[in-house]
Amino acid sequence: MKSYDFDGNAPQGLGRKVTSVYVYEAPVRLWHWVTVLCIITLSLTGYFIGKPLPSVPGEATFQYVMGYIRFAHFAAGYVLAVGLVGRLYWAIVGNHHAREIILVPVWDKAWWQEFFFEIRWYLFIECYPKKYIGHNPVGQIAMASFIWATLFMCASGFALYGEGTGEGSWAHTAFNWVIVAFGNSLDVHSWHRLGMWAILLFVMIHVYAAIREDIMSKQSMVSTMISGFRMFKD
Amino acid sequence: METFYQAMRRQGVTRRSFLKFCSLTATSMGLGSAFVPRIAQALETKPRTPVIWLHGLECTCCTESFIRSAHPLAKDAILSLISLDYDDTIMAAAGHQAEAILEEIMEKHKGEYIVAIEGNPPLNEDGMFCFPGGEPFVEKLKRVSADAKALIAWGSCASWGCVQAAKPNPTRATPVHQVILDKPIIKVPGCPPIPEVMAAVITYMVTFDRIPELDRQGRPKMFYGQRIHDKCYRRPHFDAGQFVETWDDEGARKGYCLYKVGCKGPTTYNACSTVRWNGGVSWPVQSGHGCIGCSEDGFWDKGSFYDRVTSIPQFGIEANADQIGMTVAGGVGAAIAAHAAVSAIKSTVLKKQDLKPLDDSQNKNKENV
Repeated sequence: MKSYDFDGNAPQGLGRKVTSVYVYEAPVRLWHWVTVLCIITLSLTGYFIGKPLPSVPGEATFQYVMGYIRFAHFAAGYVLAVGLVGRLYWAIVGNHHAREIILVPVWDKAWWQEFFFEIRWYLFIECYPKKYIGHNPVGQIAMASFIWATLFMCASGFALYGEGTGEGSWAHTAFNWVIVAFGNSLDVHSWHRLGMWAILLFVMIHVYAAIREDIMSKQSMVSTMISGFRMFKD
Repeated sequence: METFYQAMRRQGVTRRSFLKFCSLTATSMGLGSAFVPRIAQALETKPRTPVIWLHGLECTCCTESFIRSAHPLAKDAILSLISLDYDDTIMAAAGHQAEAILEEIMEKHKGEYIVAIEGNPPLNEDGMFCFPGGEPFVEKLKRVSADAKALIAWGSCASWGCVQAAKPNPTRATPVHQVILDKPIIKVPGCPPIPEVMAAVITYMVTFDRIPELDRQGRPKMFYGQRIHDKCYRRPHFDAGQFVETWDDEGARKGYCLYKVGCKGPTTYNACSTVRWNGGVSWPVQSGHGCIGCSEDGFWDKGSFYDRVTSIPQFGIEANADQIGMTVAGGVGAAIAAHAAVSAIKSTVLKKQDLKPLDDSQNKNKENV
């Protein structure tokens, strides 16, 4: 795919050069923000499915609190899964930045050198950052881990969902093997919840790293995921 | 060879009683009236299937449960009178006499009999921890199973390992399916299993001469196809968000959902919520206590019976997902704060040193502003 690569001096007349590169295509950006909303919904509702809110008074006939929470969780889960499938599809048809978080070139020696450079940068050993149009190698690893964690959450999530929809439902047919692999539905619940915490940890690090790089390495991070353009401010 | 019908007649059962029994069997297995003549025909024409009941490392709760089946006709007619030829804890014969019967069945009905196993074989010390009739149980199990048509693993011991296989499992008690690899095995887990379920499974097998449809883990779908939670009479309170918070609160008195006090119904496959216990009198949730998940694999090692978010055994520590998650999140949060602080200090220092164009541009920027 074509990437709109252009150089140009910044119009401020400060002697600074601002380079802007089109990195993230619209489907990637859409996926990102849809996934953000899904993760917020899923984590909140998921937390309260495991540890429900205080009991509501009144007749059970007129209350559906847990039902609504679970509905929101399942609906957001479907959206997340569809988004993930779409994102994997876009990794095939999109530009090469759409692939870099799926297919990490761990076989490439140069990639590993850059990986350790980035580790040194994050450990304050290197003074000046390298610039990447897409993700740096550490970021690639983090993002790939996120993709795998999300795949696990979708598989275990639909396995648990399939327990409720029962024998013959698509979720039970397609994902009941997860329950069998763990041997016990309770373990799948526990690991699904642990997966939530893993993703929340990723979110903490992801947001911190993005904001920090935005400031420290003088390249746009946060706005790139909105506009699609990465700015290098030298 | 003698058929079921002939054996029943020999025991003094009239044809009228026989047909009644066929109707009752069809009903208890959830089959329509069209199945009554088919059952009758099967019993009249098929040679009877002998059942050998072995006892390994176990507590005999499966037998205790089984002899309390609320369908005495199914239990007594099919098993006591007709098919249960060897069961060393409840048979009249004992010692050498009993073992002689076992040998006789194995020889006479080679490849035809069903072996029902209660308990499991311990494998440590060459199986010396369970030693019935002067033979390690694991040897007896392998010997008897070699010529069996099918195996029934009674209860959680035979199906999963249960309490004697709980950590650290000193005797290396091992479920049947990990010892006998070449025979069809029907798991009927539970500690104990529901008596009606046990009677129905065995009746199905001897009547239709085939094993019932099993799920991916080897349990009969007709009884283990759904969770306790799916047919729990307290389920509406779950959906409404009405929970027992403590054992003596208003919710407990009103019969609210026991989810928050650790009910394992949502993760347990069994028929308790429909078949119930003691002839349908009650069952754990009805008596106000959550399900403990006794028919699930490794239920002794899955943390407290009174938590929903329970310990994750793989970590080797007593911690649940939330404790692990929050601890790590706290650690990562602190690390991020420290990292951010160092980052800020470092960029300030770099700026002051005025080292590189990177910082020059910033300084220029400042001057210009």
